[in-house]
Amino acid sequence: MALSDQELREIAYLARISVKEDSLPSLKKELEDILGLFKELDAANTSEVNAMSHPLDLSQPTRKDEVTEEDLRDELLKNAPSVKSGLFLVPKVIEGEN
Amino acid sequence: MDLHKLSLSKQLEGLKKGDFTSTELTSHYLNRISELDGQLNSFITVTEDQALSQAKAADDRYKTNNNFSLDGLPIAHKDIFCTKGVLTTCGSKMLSNFEAPYSSTVYEKLDKNGMVMLGKTNMDEFAMGSSNETSYFGPVKNPWNIEYVPGGSSGGSASCVSAELAPIATATDTGGSIRQPASLCGLTGIKPTYGRVSRYGMIAFASSLDQGGVIAKSAEDAALILEAMSGHDPKDSTSLKLDQPDLTNNLNNPIKGMKIGLPKEFFEKEMAPYVLKSIEEAIEVYKSLGAEIVDISLGNINLSLPIYYIIAPAECSANLSRYDGVRYGYRCEDPKDIEDLFMRTREEGFGAEVKRRILIGTYALSAGYYDAFYLKAQKCRQLVANDFSEAFKSVDVILSPTTPGTSFKSGEKTNDPVEMYLQDIFTIPANLAGLPGLSIPCGEHNGLPLGMQLVGNSLEESKLLQFAHSFQSNTDWHMKMPNI
Repeated sequence: MALSDQELREIAYLARISVKEDSLPSLKKELEDILGLFKELDAANTSEVNAMSHPLDLSQPTRKDEVTEEDLRDELLKNAPSVKSGLFLVPKVIEGEN
Repeated sequence: MDLHKLSLSKQLEGLKKGDFTSTELTSHYLNRISELDGQLNSFITVTEDQALSQAKAADDRYKTNNNFSLDGLPIAHKDIFCTKGVLTTCGSKMLSNFEAPYSSTVYEKLDKNGMVMLGKTNMDEFAMGSSNETSYFGPVKNPWNIEYVPGGSSGGSASCVSAELAPIATATDTGGSIRQPASLCGLTGIKPTYGRVSRYGMIAFASSLDQGGVIAKSAEDAALILEAMSGHDPKDSTSLKLDQPDLTNNLNNPIKGMKIGLPKEFFEKEMAPYVLKSIEEAIEVYKSLGAEIVDISLGNINLSLPIYYIIAPAECSANLSRYDGVRYGYRCEDPKDIEDLFMRTREEGFGAEVKRRILIGTYALSAGYYDAFYLKAQKCRQLVANDFSEAFKSVDVILSPTTPGTSFKSGEKTNDPVEMYLQDIFTIPANLAGLPGLSIPCGEHNGLPLGMQLVGNSLEESKLLQFAHSFQSNTDWHMKMPNI
């Protein structure tokens, strides 16, 4: 299965992983080898079978919509790379004046 | 006394009788780790202070006869299980500074039973790998020969138990990550039925396949600890609503008259003569114990590898989207905008294999390909599961090699992902069908151990362990340990 450079760039963007131009050829080959495996499924007859959703065919359990977790705000913020006034800091996302 | 030569149940007996204390036992292992792990790299973090304080608490409970069921027994945890206040890296640069704010259910359950954590074991990054060479914290070596890999992804857990730096270790298995390293390091490794062991606090790779278990020196040791790890957990929505199973009471029951299936599709594959020879010898042992051997067919089993390499990367691409450099983990330097923050954080924070799988998964789930790949794979997965259901109408367990051969040299397969993926050809089907599987040592070749795999029907861990224990009661492959 052949991938074009442009397809590979698009996939990388969808995955939000920057890919250096000089690594495109080797990456492309590795991905094409893996995608080549997928062809083996074409021969399988699946017209009569439903897609599996759980190995033991269980339905998802539900629970009452009650708060059970304690407040871990400070604990959780300790792991954040950048924090100010109890909030996660990221580069500016809204255009305009400061 | 060579405390590390005792089985877990003997260690427990010794603790109860007061032959030695948990502090002595724990210090013994901590000393072995500091003496020997330099050449193996099986631990990412050694939690010495915490271990000694847990051991002391266990000793105090023994003094007042208030001890718990596994009190004072040491264990190593794969660094995929969150442990509150302790570095939990999943083998990745992305989480190289992550201190878990809560503990996984697996850790909590064993902690409540009094087990002492020696440390966190090395692993392939985000559990993606079969050689433990993708860890950000460096490769792990196989104690049988340090030029060889220990297998993966639970390579640190296998390496440290094999070198007797810990009596047992937790591990996880998405496509073979417990059974394959157990095979390559001469150990007993069991992955229970999907949903038996809670995934809460176990860092996700492919959620419909991931399952926790243990790597141990014998089926008896594995049964003791797996039992304590199992049971329903409301914090994991896929956890089975079943009580903790009894995995030890059936161990000594004879297997006479029980049936072992040999899938012809596995035995038709080109197999190294020494692998076939070891498996045939193991079959003879089972025959001599009165088991009946039945040829079976799993007609769709050869679809397993492509199914896995669609489903696992698809789920991984979704699960790993959380690593964005905002809330925890690695963040790139001086991002110029939010997009640059995401793109460079993920480019720099993930290793090559993880990025490959995210890209494959993103492709398989993208518009125009979802039906052709992901949906088709989920349908084929059902076909594989149906084959197993049919087979278990006529057999008790299914036997095969665990791996295509013994361990391979470091670096030998790192440049060919597909070649590396073939390591899991025998182990992946059990994950696809959610079935329990274990590997036990059954031979050796050129000084390296080799394992056989037993797969059981859903929820039949007890029967699998019975088969494993009966083999180990009549052979001594599991007693052989590397000289290190």
